Amino acid sequence: MAQKEIEVILMRQLASYLAMPVILVDAEGNLAYYNEPAEALLGRRFDEVGEMPKEVWSTAFGQSEEDGSRIPPESVPLMVALHEHQPVHRILRITGLDGVSRRIEVTAFPLEGQGGRHLGAVSIFWGVEKQ
Amino acid sequence: MKITLWGTRGSLASAGPETVRYGGNTSCVEVRGNDGTILVLDAGTGIRRLGTAIEPEVARVDILLTHLHMDHLQGLGFFDPLHRPDLEVHIWGPPSTTLDLRARLARYLSPPLFPVLLRELPSHPVLHDVPPRRFEVGGFKISADLVCHPGPTVGYRISEGPVSMTYLPDHEPALGVWKFPLDPEWTSGFALAAGADLLIHDAQFTDAEYLTHVGWGHSSIQQATEFATGTGVKRLIPFHHDPSHGDEMLDRLLKGARKSSALPFELLPGTEGTTFRL
Repeated sequence: MAQKEIEVILMRQLASYLAMPVILVDAEGNLAYYNEPAEALLGRRFDEVGEMPKEVWSTAFGQSEEDGSRIPPESVPLMVALHEHQPVHRILRITGLDGVSRRIEVTAFPLEGQGGRHLGAVSIFWGVEKQ
Repeated sequence: MKITLWGTRGSLASAGPETVRYGGNTSCVEVRGNDGTILVLDAGTGIRRLGTAIEPEVARVDILLTHLHMDHLQGLGFFDPLHRPDLEVHIWGPPSTTLDLRARLARYLSPPLFPVLLRELPSHPVLHDVPPRRFEVGGFKISADLVCHPGPTVGYRISEGPVSMTYLPDHEPALGVWKFPLDPEWTSGFALAAGADLLIHDAQFTDAEYLTHVGWGHSSIQQATEFATGTGVKRLIPFHHDPSHGDEMLDRLLKGARKSSALPFELLPGTEGTTFRL
């Protein structure tokens, strides 16, 4: 595989030090990394799942509206930030690989590099409330 | 390809009896191609002496800046060829996210830091924001990529036919990495260096010094050797010596690096004035 862009490498390094959950996707929308606080939310250690194609992770972690209706993969905050190059903030529910549904508040933002390079997107989560 | 080290010191020019063998001039490396193409890597204080070695018949010089910290830029105004109106000079370097290379360079080449304005230089250098892709100068194929160092900083890989050299004078690939070197995909500078015939790499600190300088954008000599091992280069030149490291200390560091493990590459001293042929 090709080497990641330096901004993506540095973003992963920063995320690994942060105490809030962070998920990072690359320019194609593939899951590149999530940190330890996110592991608690997503129900499995990143070391166990590793990098995942977007078709896999976007359905593996079920995301739904607060009323339970499913959010299509292309409309989850990370994908909107990635494809529309703008930040997104919303409240939703996510079901981790442990089968637990949690109510979370999400901010997703695109990673834009100099020279007009679209590098990926990042989500941070907080206000985690277990059902 | 002929490579000459005109300045190997990092951070600050450090002339004196304790640095007389490895040299005290800051980063500057000349790369000459078989077709006569001349590349100048960085414009530290070493570029002044290089300027005196550029023959009158040379028609073009390309200066490739990795970044605009002073130790990589301070010699630019003293590079004699810039004052030759008959010479074609191209300067390549990274833009910031908001300023192009011309605007960034003009901050140095203007009063009060320097008496001559960039636009007043007789050679009227052509400025290029380094493209995030391959480009060609004469017979050289050049790849530039952003690397881990504070502020916009690129490394270069320069190829001529089957041989290649990589220049990463200011580079901290170990920053924040809990297990260095991590896998190639997640290691800064890996693609630039992979399999190169020669790697010139930051080795400013000892391991002990690195612990108190994490995030400053530099490597220890041990990290440089690990990076060289991981990338599979054939030769490593430790570079960007700390101003406080005199000749005897650099001798000890090199000796220690050679002894610490069986190195799968040739470790060459980063001595000012040395020439290598690939």
